[in-house]
Amino acid sequence: MKDFTMDEAQPRLLDQTGMGIIGKPLPRRDGKLKVSGTAPYAADTPHPARMAHGVLVRATIPRGRVAGFDRAGIADIDGVIEIVTDARLSRNPTQGMAGEATVQPGDEVHYHGQPIALVVAETFEAARDAAQRLTVRYETTDPGGVSPDKPKDTEIADPETAGDFDAAWGAAEVKVDLEFTTPSHVSAAMEPHAALAEWDGDRVTLKGSQQMLRFNRNELADSLGIDPSKVRILSPYIGGGFGSKLGIGPEAVAACVAAEKLGRPVRVVMPRQTVFDSVLRRSETRQRVRFGATRDGRITAISHDDTVSNLDGESFAEPTTQASQFLYGADGLSFTQTVARISATPAGSVRAPGEAVGMLAFEAALDELADKLGMDPVDLRLKNLPEKNPMTGQPYSARRLADCLTEGAAAFGWADRGAPGSRREGDWLIGMGVASAARSNMLVKSASRVRLHGAHAVVETDMTDIGTGSYTILGQIAAEMLGLPVDAVEVRLGDTDLPGASGSGGSFGASSAGSSTFLAAKEIRERIAEKLGCAADDLTLNDGIARGGNIEKPLAELVDTEIVAEASIEGGKTAESHFSAGFGAHFAEVAVNEWTGEVRVRRMLGVMAMGRILNEKTARSQAIGGMVWGLGSALTEDMQMDRRDGHVVTRDLANYHVASHLDVPSDMVVTFLEERDDMANPIQSKGIGELGISGAGAAIFNAIAHATGARLHDYPATPDKVIAALEARG
Amino acid sequence: MQTSLTVNGQTREVDHDARQTLLDTLRDGLGLTGTKKGCDHGQCGACTVLLNGERVNSCLCLTAMHDGDEVTTIEGIGTPETLNALQKAFVESDGYQCGYCTPGQIMSATALFEEVKKGAPSYVSADLEAPTFDDAEIAERMSGNLCRCSAYPMIREAIAMSREVK
Ligand code: FES
Ligand code: FES
Repeated sequence: MKDFTMDEAQPRLLDQTGMGIIGKPLPRRDGKLKVSGTAPYAADTPHPARMAHGVLVRATIPRGRVAGFDRAGIADIDGVIEIVTDARLSRNPTQGMAGEATVQPGDEVHYHGQPIALVVAETFEAARDAAQRLTVRYETTDPGGVSPDKPKDTEIADPETAGDFDAAWGAAEVKVDLEFTTPSHVSAAMEPHAALAEWDGDRVTLKGSQQMLRFNRNELADSLGIDPSKVRILSPYIGGGFGSKLGIGPEAVAACVAAEKLGRPVRVVMPRQTVFDSVLRRSETRQRVRFGATRDGRITAISHDDTVSNLDGESFAEPTTQASQFLYGADGLSFTQTVARISATPAGSVRAPGEAVGMLAFEAALDELADKLGMDPVDLRLKNLPEKNPMTGQPYSARRLADCLTEGAAAFGWADRGAPGSRREGDWLIGMGVASAARSNMLVKSASRVRLHGAHAVVETDMTDIGTGSYTILGQIAAEMLGLPVDAVEVRLGDTDLPGASGSGGSFGASSAGSSTFLAAKEIRERIAEKLGCAADDLTLNDGIARGGNIEKPLAELVDTEIVAEASIEGGKTAESHFSAGFGAHFAEVAVNEWTGEVRVRRMLGVMAMGRILNEKTARSQAIGGMVWGLGSALTEDMQMDRRDGHVVTRDLANYHVASHLDVPSDMVVTFLEERDDMANPIQSKGIGELGISGAGAAIFNAIAHATGARLHDYPATPDKVIAALEARG
Repeated sequence: MQTSLTVNGQTREVDHDARQTLLDTLRDGLGLTGTKKGCDHGQCGACTVLLNGERVNSCLCLTAMHDGDEVTTIEGIGTPETLNALQKAFVESDGYQCGYCTPGQIMSATALFEEVKKGAPSYVSADLEAPTFDDAEIAERMSGNLCRCSAYPMIREAIAMSREVK
């Protein structure tokens, strides 16, 4: 195994190889399976012999103890096998990259909706019936606080600062001081969490829907109290994740425990309502944003304070101000976070934790500063791009934010937008908005193995493809490096028996697993060069032919015995010396109905620079997906919890509104600017999946303000709030 | 209990729990797992199949009520080796990401072509007598099929593209 640490900029080898496969908009290699219904997701696994069905039972009190179950009440249901309770059952999914079990509450209840038992039956229908009808006896205790406006406890972090904010704020000539709220959000991946557990002696195999297998295996083993070597997890296809499947969930632990107890395979699929109740939500936020500036539009003071919530025992806190800390410069900056502790569904990572909601407030507040200064919002942003990361002093590794803003403005027709409230088409008020896009970039430890035999290669890693295109891009990287057509490369993912990858999360998957695949393939190139008797630098591999020195040989001949190479990568000195992030600019045009308050998004443009693009087609899809999430957070997504007991009220897809076809215009354009991030990793790429959402909703909010001349501060902009803002405007 | 269904042209006798939905009969009873469960409540469209030629949410159908009915699922549309024009267009346009909603989107679009052909109007039809086939119509008629990956523009591109092929 070759271990590599990213300590310095690497040569751009992928610009020198000759296949031209990298970046190409190739269709997904798993496409035919997906459009024919033959891609096997966890719950699609053919039933093993004697498989039983489990359905989780939820707590209906916010805090207390389970005193017992009324078994007699379900005695008439045929086929019920067992009500499984166990000290190993988990309270909620583990946080991303925890690598260990989460809270295992035994008979304690910590929030309304917590899974407290698993009803197992011969059929799904019997299990569902029994789980719904089962009466649970509780001993209740005071939950202390179930709603963020009345928490039981608050933890205020030390401010993170640079320069002297108070002095800069005091001296500022023009100021805005605004408060915003964003509601809780859920990932709502279309595939509900599913698990099928089967024991063979002391070893368990889980067919699950998981994003990060290397971590999940340890989390499951720790939950069960067994050695990780006894756990195998298979997740070849995942029906969306967006953070919700980063950790091992209660369904997986319960399936394993029940299968062990009953001595037969058990499948547990969460009903959609359970996904809402017990999978980590994105915290609601209350945010105060302050900008101070000189009269000519130089920002001198930036402060962004936020309050988020979580259940006790959960260390995660939505990193709301992440992008606010590196987007714009000022003489003084200050950021303070408060975490409210509540007895309610715990919070965790949902697509672009931090930026997804922090930028909704930050970029809308900046627009209000532009209004006050009488400046164009694009110009205000351009004027305040700092030389270096204003908090850390690190230089940016690659940042084409200014180009994104200017090229986007030109392409969108920004110059013609006119004064706020000046465009009207019948009852519809038309406006345009802009926001910067930013999402910090990471490299996470990852390993891959590549095998080459003749002119056929295999990539093996426990990396997952959650719709991101991992199968396709890892195949492209190996094909490019080995001079093979993509069809000559097979890609095997989603199995913990394979080398441990980064997993899919935080937009680091493609770059991290892509880099380890690149390095393994590079190692193979070196071995081919040895065989050919030339220096690795002189080797060219094209269309199955190796050339070096004056020799030319087909791989089919040269590689007569299999060459296997494994490589791993992890972050190193460049992560300290430079600051890496994806940047972009979002533009939106909306129509607001003057009477009904309805907002229609007419078109959106995202111009993004995110390092080397590995596949233009899948990258575009990811970016558009993110922008649609931005649309959802601006207009419809609103998870509501009951103020009395904290229970999730909007616990299905009829009450929690994700964007649908008719909400999304066909005019959604994404432009990628050419960029290489030499400090990020050896393939010079950056994360994509989350940049699309970061800032997109703010562009829509700003467009509403431009259309109507009225400002909103509470997301989402539902008709009731828009009408109220229009009335307040007069 | 026993119900007789014609699924993708084949007669199938199924022995099922009286409470079983058509979706669970297809998936668990017949092993036709191409049809997906996203909500089990008629809210997402992942379970869309054709029932006697019309699209339905199979999670809202009780199997017991469909004795003698004809069902078409994604498996009856085209296999990986024999994709039809619509399926190919989804691959070409990248009309999916995770692929979980995809069978439902494809089944829904399949029925949509017929609905427009028959002249069934929708909420966005300007002329209730003669609906057109444009992006707004596709968007409205596909709005029962959620896609959290949000491939919507690409899905509609695929639907429009495959119609042109027809
Ligand atoms: S599973 Fe039937 S509509 Fe969602
Ligand atoms: S492709 Fe993932 S939900 Fe539509």
